[in-house]
Amino acid sequence: MQQQQKVAALSYSFPEEVLEHVFSFIDSTKDRGSISLVCKSWYEIERWCRRRVFVGNCYAITPAMVIKRFPKVRSITLKGKPHFADFNLVPEGWGGYVCPWIKAMAVAFPCLEEIKLKRMVISDDCLDLIAKSFKNFKVLVLISCEGFTTDGLASIAANCRNLRELDLRESEVEDICGHWLSHFPDSYTSLVSLNISCLANEVNFPALERLVSRCPNMHTLRLNRAAPLDKLANLLRGAPQLVELGTGAYTSEMRPEVFTNLAAAFSGCKQMKGLSGFWDVLPSYLPAVYPVCSRLTSLNLSYATIQSPDLIKLVGQCQSLQRLWVLDYIEDAGLDMLAASCKDLRELRVFPSDPFGLEANVALTEQGLVSVSEGCPKLHSVLYFCRQMTNAALNTIARNRPNMTRFRLCIIEPRTPDYLTLQSLDSGFGAIVEHCKDLQRLSLSGLLTDRVFEHIGTYAKKLEMLSVAFAGDSDLGLHHVLSGCDNLRKLEIRDCPFGDKALLANAAKLETMRSLWMSSCSVSYGACKLLGQKLPRLNVEVIDERGPPNLRPDSNPVEKLYIYRTISGPRLDMPGYVWTMEDDSAYLE
Amino acid sequence: MNEMSRNERESSEERKLELRLGPPGVEDWFHTHNKQRISFGNYFSSSNNGFQHVRGNKESSSSQTCCPKRVELQNGDNNKVTAVSNTSQKRTAPGPVVGWPPIRSFRKNLATSSSSKPSPPESQTQQDMHNNVSAGKKPIDNNYGKGLFVKINMDGVPIGRKVDLNAYHSYDNLSSAVDDLFRGLLKAQRDSSACGGNNKKEEEEKVITGLLDGSGEYTLVYEDNEGDRMLVGDVPWHMFVSTVKRLRVLKSTELSAFTRESWNLIVV
Repeated sequence: MQQQQKVAALSYSFPEEVLEHVFSFIDSTKDRGSISLVCKSWYEIERWCRRRVFVGNCYAITPAMVIKRFPKVRSITLKGKPHFADFNLVPEGWGGYVCPWIKAMAVAFPCLEEIKLKRMVISDDCLDLIAKSFKNFKVLVLISCEGFTTDGLASIAANCRNLRELDLRESEVEDICGHWLSHFPDSYTSLVSLNISCLANEVNFPALERLVSRCPNMHTLRLNRAAPLDKLANLLRGAPQLVELGTGAYTSEMRPEVFTNLAAAFSGCKQMKGLSGFWDVLPSYLPAVYPVCSRLTSLNLSYATIQSPDLIKLVGQCQSLQRLWVLDYIEDAGLDMLAASCKDLRELRVFPSDPFGLEANVALTEQGLVSVSEGCPKLHSVLYFCRQMTNAALNTIARNRPNMTRFRLCIIEPRTPDYLTLQSLDSGFGAIVEHCKDLQRLSLSGLLTDRVFEHIGTYAKKLEMLSVAFAGDSDLGLHHVLSGCDNLRKLEIRDCPFGDKALLANAAKLETMRSLWMSSCSVSYGACKLLGQKLPRLNVEVIDERGPPNLRPDSNPVEKLYIYRTISGPRLDMPGYVWTMEDDSAYLE
Repeated sequence: MNEMSRNERESSEERKLELRLGPPGVEDWFHTHNKQRISFGNYFSSSNNGFQHVRGNKESSSSQTCCPKRVELQNGDNNKVTAVSNTSQKRTAPGPVVGWPPIRSFRKNLATSSSSKPSPPESQTQQDMHNNVSAGKKPIDNNYGKGLFVKINMDGVPIGRKVDLNAYHSYDNLSSAVDDLFRGLLKAQRDSSACGGNNKKEEEEKVITGLLDGSGEYTLVYEDNEGDRMLVGDVPWHMFVSTVKRLRVLKSTELSAFTRESWNLIVV
């Protein structure tokens, strides 16, 4: 009793304004959540001063609920489709429509400044609504989104006087007209970041040049492939303060003045830290970027179809590199050089140049990754596509880099064993999870039995996201993961022999996760129904292009299954091939 | 845990996998809800085999004999797993698996796509480089250029697809690709609506023909960059490719309101 009185006294002694001021230093969503759980008055104070909201699954909650709890939001981040939508596993029209959110926020959050969306569908009407509803709108980020055209962008350009950031990374935009850029009025000078790399057609280049040169705070500019190289020098001269640049196609008729202009322009960019773009590279033009190489911390060459010697020459100059994305043309020799020269490297992504070929077209093996793991002490994030792997290599990588937090390995041919021993790669991945105690994200590939899942369930206690394909023998595998991985939030599985047993035995676990995706597995319709009935705080969505699942026996496996926790009940915008399993509490008319 | 006998350990594993719904760690929740137990009965009867299989696997997991079997499985499964993917991309692998390897579509075909400008005489290096890249490998797939993906929907099939028009070069090729793409799906739709899910003998798949001349059950139409609906086949192929925005496969009876002549009038 005395203790409670003390606490009560403390909280009364702090005026709300003081608490609010203290809370204003705390930005992370997780910490804000913790604050709100301390006591009722802190919950109240916190919710009125929460400015940034992150909704990891747009169907987990309704716009009205967010608005009710956080009336003064300035920035919202929403994610829609499941990750496997990136690889065409989610049919068109599945959902992820942002319109209801925009409509609700247009009324409730007139001071909204930032909208960040990932894998959502946004229409031109929606963009228009954004442009006209939020007077102080500053940041629009659309990552892997679709459903809009350049007309929608024109509306944003014309109306958002205070726009700072327009980022269309990897979105699918119907490119009707490149003149949308001209809709930025001449008086508009606040642009800081522009990413139009996904646009198919040329934008109006003179308009772009004028825009860039009149915005003194331009920091990031990512052009699209259609942007001609011979105009880049002029553009750069108008914005020498650029920190991040994405070129267009890096090729041109070989004219000496184009090269010298370009080299001179790059020499003037004293703040440049990041480069990307580089489609269709003409190697003889690469030396033009040498003046900025020593300062580069981020280099994305994942579209650059140049060979290892040219890559080595370029990357060898970038000793400050922290992040490198590159095609497997870099080969083991290039990765050896990377390990020797770039001691500050933190993130490496190696993409396949010929993903559908049967045989290796490049000399890139597990050895390259081993070298980098040895030579780069800060390396903690890896995405690596290759065609062969050994347990020994994985073991070495694990022991070299216990600080690994993201490890995604894709051995291109499914179910490929250790090529030296012909055994499964269970022990190799086991070493990864055992030694890398802070591992947050893991993607598996190669020949894998239930044992690898036993290792994961035993050791991967900090794991938040796991991607599995063509692996495992039985439900025991899935059971190990669901019962062992305490921090698991997202699990995505395709083409594995997992059925009903592990899911039903660990049903309650699903409410502690954001989502579970299973496709081409063996989960029966009956099990889906059961899960949907008994767990009302889950949406169990069956995706099946063969037609209504209740026309087939209950024991029939469903094609695809997407389960996610939600407090807003089944969604109402599903297409004809998605069925949400009803819960017992639903009132059936 | 180590002190437990092998039998005890196995039955405790079994108990771990016993079906129950409840928060983790609540051991006996299951036994107090007999109603659910009855509905789980089906799963139990098929599960015993699963358990034996699991135990067997654990014993032999370290041996190498399981691996040759897996190689066979691999070949077999690859064929099973083949879904109705875009037929527009010619693969040299045994059978294309949808969404594998897991890369975004804008990362595909980088090695074979060239820029729109013709390579000038001085810069032979670019051309040589492409040749080096392709030397000593299987033939380059005919997907040069950036790939022109358009959506295509068919009446009666709920989910649309995307096709890469750069892969076809002619109306006939496009027409047979549409047949390939939708024939199986159309049959699946018919089966599920007609038979009500019984496994009786299904009708043969019907070939989709006559898409271009109005003679078939379905007709191919498209929407151009001005939003107009047009019959596919009227203009030269390259003109079609430069103006098409999306495709539709309509039931020919839906077109009865317009004769072919009046379509032409609208177009002109």
